[in-house]
Amino acid sequence: MLVVDDDPALAEMLGIVLRSEGFMPSFVADGERALSAFRDTRPDIVLLDLMLPGMSGIDVCRAIRAESGVPIVMLTAKSDTVDVVLGLESGADDYVVKPFKPKELVARMRARLRRGEDTAPELLTIGPPGRQINIDVPAHTATRNGAEVKLTPLEFDLLVALARKPRQVFTREVLLEQVWGYRHAADTRLVNVHVQRLRAKIEPDPERPEIILTVRGVGYKAGTG
Amino acid sequence: MTSWVDAVARRARRALHRLAPGWGRRARRVVSPWRRSLSLRVVSITLLVSSLLVAAFGYFVAKQITAGLVVAKREAAVRQVGSGAATVQQQLSALSGAQDPQLGASVRDVVVNLYSVPTRAGTYEVKLVPDPRIGVAPYGGPATDQTRIEVPAALRDTVNHRGALAYQFTTANPDGGPKRPYLAVGEHVDVGWGVFDLYYLFPLDDEVAAANLVRNTTIIAGVALVLLLALMAAIVARMVVTPVRAAARTAQRLSAGLLHERMEVRGEDDLARLAASFNQMASNLQNQIVRLEELSRLQRRFTSDVSHELRTPLTTVRMAADMLYAGRDEFPPSSARSAELLADELDRFEALLTDLLEISRFDAGFAVLDAEAVDLAPIVQRVADGFAVLAERLHAPVRLHAPDGPVIAEVDPRRVERVLRNLIGNAIEHGEHRPVEVHLAADDRTVAIAVRDHGIGLKPGEEKLVFNRFWRADPSRARQTGGTGLGLSISLEDARLHGGWLEAWGAPGQGSQFRLTLPSRNGDRIVSSPLPLVPPDADVLPVAPLALPAGPSSGDDRPVSGSPPGAGRHPVPDSDQAHVAATAGGDRDD
Repeated sequence: MLVVDDDPALAEMLGIVLRSEGFMPSFVADGERALSAFRDTRPDIVLLDLMLPGMSGIDVCRAIRAESGVPIVMLTAKSDTVDVVLGLESGADDYVVKPFKPKELVARMRARLRRGEDTAPELLTIGPPGRQINIDVPAHTATRNGAEVKLTPLEFDLLVALARKPRQVFTREVLLEQVWGYRHAADTRLVNVHVQRLRAKIEPDPERPEIILTVRGVGYKAGTG
Repeated sequence: MTSWVDAVARRARRALHRLAPGWGRRARRVVSPWRRSLSLRVVSITLLVSSLLVAAFGYFVAKQITAGLVVAKREAAVRQVGSGAATVQQQLSALSGAQDPQLGASVRDVVVNLYSVPTRAGTYEVKLVPDPRIGVAPYGGPATDQTRIEVPAALRDTVNHRGALAYQFTTANPDGGPKRPYLAVGEHVDVGWGVFDLYYLFPLDDEVAAANLVRNTTIIAGVALVLLLALMAAIVARMVVTPVRAAARTAQRLSAGLLHERMEVRGEDDLARLAASFNQMASNLQNQIVRLEELSRLQRRFTSDVSHELRTPLTTVRMAADMLYAGRDEFPPSSARSAELLADELDRFEALLTDLLEISRFDAGFAVLDAEAVDLAPIVQRVADGFAVLAERLHAPVRLHAPDGPVIAEVDPRRVERVLRNLIGNAIEHGEHRPVEVHLAADDRTVAIAVRDHGIGLKPGEEKLVFNRFWRADPSRARQTGGTGLGLSISLEDARLHGGWLEAWGAPGQGSQFRLTLPSRNGDRIVSSPLPLVPPDADVLPVAPLALPAGPSSGDDRPVSGSPPGAGRHPVPDSDQAHVAATAGGDRDD
């Protein structure tokens, strides 16, 4: 795994904690070298501080997301909507607000890494007839009209969760639990931002979604036409 | 002037509206530009008033000139008739009497002579009418058609009976055309042996033509004058209105945030002064705004920096403390206890830091409401569940009373959850091991959550103090939840940010109730709450509950609006003033 943080004390402490939990972290202190370090080490997960010298965490996040779907967890000192939403929109899967408890961080990271357990062959479709997205769950691919849609693992999980029960309305809290692995409801903005990102990739017109519908005051459901 | 014109227009509109209901729509199309355009009003009023003035003036002038013409004509005519009468008397008195054989010829000669007298009274017709006893026919000159002109009977009577000069205006059409006005003058002539009536008929064609000319000239000049005046009014109005419109436009752009907008200053007149003062005002405003923005930006920056600079090392400390805490079994007892204390106090420190930063975010004015339509029932349930362990430990179970079905409102769920955590946490902590009741209710426009405990309650006056920063009911009381003392202040700010209310009620020995009321639709104003502030089971006597809204955080002496004893079932706030603090998110008075 890769940790991008400019504070040496925090980085060292993170190293101690993460190693004791069985991770093998490598560290980089500024944004500019983060991308090359990412290409060198090919980590399974990236822990990224939002405030960095050189290139900002947001830009690093965008750059990594442009070439990989690797899980990214942001570390942020700000819990303001603007900062969090900006971070999520730039491609982060989850975020942890400083100061965090080590257990919390490890739980978040494990939740993001816990994948590929279900290997039973499963083919799903979502969306109204004619605009359907076909999902091959074990292969982790989603296709529209035969062409593959590039989704990050998190977006894929979100889509699968909705597609598995097309008639059910999912509250944001339920999605947080199923997709993100939060046991207690956390920040529903995570769901909102990722649904927006997912819609931008799969909806013919993201302004008038047909595949993932909003149920006002409740949550989201799969569109079946 | 405009005011009475408007008043008249208003009254007329109202009257017409009663008579013809459909008129209103048509009238509005006409009236709306009237109300909106100053130039139109100025021009219309100038047009109306100058038309009235010019018409009155023209009428007066035309009348005077016509009267003058008539008088001059009459005087000339009377003189002519006088000299004619003298001629008749002179020539006919020479005859011997009615039997004179020369009489007929003489009468004709006299009349012919009268026609040839040079005159200033214009052309005329003569008619010499002898007394019927004389036996000669009346003679009107050689042209036969002249005899067709009738002398009016009334004039004939006057001349005949009174024997004096008289005149009358009449009309006649000697040549068969349209009737033309004539001035008829008659004189009684006594020639010694008999009497004659001499009549002159002066056509008034020239005078009518002159009067028509005067009238037409006056009308043309008047219309031209009125149009010119209207044009001038339009130009003057435009000169005034253009800069005023420019000022209005500039003011609009200024208020839209374009602080560099200024008016053009030309010349040194009043309008230039208006523009200069306007620009002065705009500059002052701009300076103030820029200064405040700078302050706010610095404050924001500071908060953000403090937040980051403090949180990063705190994170390291936090993780280090947790590592030590996890391994405390291997330490000697004193070190192990130190590790425990370190971890516990770090929790407190963290909570305090978070709350302080949150408060400073409110103070800097950049707390943002992230509202979305959510169902409040699961949020309340979740918060209550979160306190299950503490509630069990303190034997203060949380009982939820919510309507069936979702209670949907446009709120910021994180803030509402934070408020509820605070209220329910406080209620459990101060609940004296008695149940905590949480009511959720909604009406068309508002949602409300009331949290009731049955603890020691609040003393009179404390309903306001609870929202003060770092205020504690009893500093010696052992704290169970480790609150920071900022919770209710933050909750109040959260309520304000929603445009909602957070109010407290309490009575000694009866516990207390906190009520959060929020508008269902973000941005709406709320005027009442679906839940009573004073719980129905409260014994409001002998101590009168103080149903006052949450005041601002620092101690002010806002008037307390108390419900009368026994009337505390639905203490809908009766005084807006007392509610301002908790309703309006923007106005801070501390």
